[in-house]
Amino acid sequence: MGQTLVQKILAKASGRDKVEVGDIVEPAVSLAMSHENAALVMNQFYEIYKGANLEPKIWDSSKIAIIFDHRVPAESAKTATNQKLIRAFVREQGIMKFHDIRGDKMGICHQILPEYGYVRPGTVVVGTDSHTTSHGALGAFAFGIGATEMASVWVLGTVLNVPVPATIKVLAHGQFRKNVYPKDLILHLIGLVTNKGANYKVFEFHGDAIKNMPTSGRLTICNMAVEAGATAGIVPPDEETINYLRNIAGVTDDIELVLPDEDAKYDHVIDIDVSALEPQIARPHAVDNVTSIDGISGLKVDQIVIGSCTNGRLDDIKVAADIVKGKKIADGVRLLVFPASGRIYREAMEKGYLMDLMEAGAVIANPGCGPCLGIHQGALGDGERALSTTNRNFKGRMGNPDSEVYLCSPAVAAASALTGVITKPNEEK
Amino acid sequence: MAKVIYKFGDDISTDIIYPGRYMATVLPDETPQYAFDDIKELNKILTGSKVPEGSIIVAGKNFGTGSSREQAVSTLKGHELVIIAKSFARIFYQNSVNLGLRIIICPDIDAEPGDELEITDGKVINRTQHKEFEIIPHSKTRQKIIEAGGLIAYTRRRLLEKEV
Ligand code: SF4
Repeated sequence: MGQTLVQKILAKASGRDKVEVGDIVEPAVSLAMSHENAALVMNQFYEIYKGANLEPKIWDSSKIAIIFDHRVPAESAKTATNQKLIRAFVREQGIMKFHDIRGDKMGICHQILPEYGYVRPGTVVVGTDSHTTSHGALGAFAFGIGATEMASVWVLGTVLNVPVPATIKVLAHGQFRKNVYPKDLILHLIGLVTNKGANYKVFEFHGDAIKNMPTSGRLTICNMAVEAGATAGIVPPDEETINYLRNIAGVTDDIELVLPDEDAKYDHVIDIDVSALEPQIARPHAVDNVTSIDGISGLKVDQIVIGSCTNGRLDDIKVAADIVKGKKIADGVRLLVFPASGRIYREAMEKGYLMDLMEAGAVIANPGCGPCLGIHQGALGDGERALSTTNRNFKGRMGNPDSEVYLCSPAVAAASALTGVITKPNEEK
Repeated sequence: MAKVIYKFGDDISTDIIYPGRYMATVLPDETPQYAFDDIKELNKILTGSKVPEGSIIVAGKNFGTGSSREQAVSTLKGHELVIIAKSFARIFYQNSVNLGLRIIICPDIDAEPGDELEITDGKVINRTQHKEFEIIPHSKTRQKIIEAGGLIAYTRRRLLEKEV
């Protein structure tokens, strides 16, 4: 019996020919990513060395990435101090993949990793962030871990105790209708399987709708795989992957494509005809509370957010800019745009997208996570409602338990900004 | 024997356990005050009068869903709570093992606040309601980390083995 893509990756990374679902393996890590929570990882890292009577030393300075994105520029003295401590650690340990707060190199970790070619197909990537699943878009087995577990990776270079997950094959075929996007596909899938339907399992994405999807869209769907409880989402690497790595990420060395076996054994198969999809919305306070937009259009919103590791990429900003170009956003609504990286910011500026958005009334903020996790840059007032292209709408997620967050694609977000109510693209004014 | 101090339904997220706005606070010792900060009555119970060590929170499926933030575990560990749930989200589960938070997977658990529970090797016994529920044991590899006293101690041991 053949192996799924994640089985093949795990076998390779643990020096075995084959692994079975349920085996516990200890794979070698190719990339270990943290953001500001590196402050806690450092603390735990030193704890491990304390009492070991050895000089604290990371296992490989080229394989650790630290990216400031969650609270940039620092929103408090506490964060600024943590960032300062992390900078000193980066220098001390010679960590090579460090992205500080500077316009030319900053960005959300899940954009920086692909953009800089840090993620390769067929490898194991771990991050102290649940949306590390994003990097399955490039054919890696990428998953989130906690800070103490990361400290252990920094020391050993392996992740302990990884149970080989069962794989759900998602077969997405057909062509998206106009104004329907990968975000709508993943919201639909989460609604279908529920927020725990893929717990401890992996989604492997197949079908012509995936084949024809740019890497930006693949990042969106893998990003949100975790919202169905999945350990990871993964797309078998193909021409598009190579094209992205060579032409956008600037990778020049060899790229090895690890693919699933034809006769791989899947847990089950989910078949989705994307041509039947309408724009989707996830209602508060659960990501699987998904409805087609028709059930909900007309609902008034106070704040609209376009950005995040889910939908803050150039394609997303273009979609939004095209919709609002030459128009004005409605009175009484705030439109906040957060390009996912400095590079995206620059390109969106050069192409005029940011000008179109700003002329329409959008606030363009610096690259970073923005209000996605409720720390700063756009908290909601009591009783307010947000419509957002981010990935979570848990109670209190945008900083106020007495508020609501609805999730959607950039097209729906932009169309709704023009009307101030949830609006299907093409039906705005 | 210990008391159930609170009961939850399914899908209690890491944002409920430890709101994102406190994520600048990272050191384990500083996190307990923010436990369930948006559920004021529960936060008050935990931070106000001292709840006895081993007090129990009972929950439904998928406890700890959401982010990888370890504060969601250290904040509960700080109060030395025991969490009994029908199931746990993956990262939360692993983080609990790593930090030594006592979590118990008990798919049929049925208990109300105020009930007295006894936890044995394989069972949760509800002494108030006179009912028993099976526990699903942790895997052997997880058990090894628990027995070592958590992941820090376990990794330290591995590191020292590597050095010799
Ligand atoms: S954009 Fe939001 S979901 Fe993505 S890494 Fe930042 S905080 Fe997490």
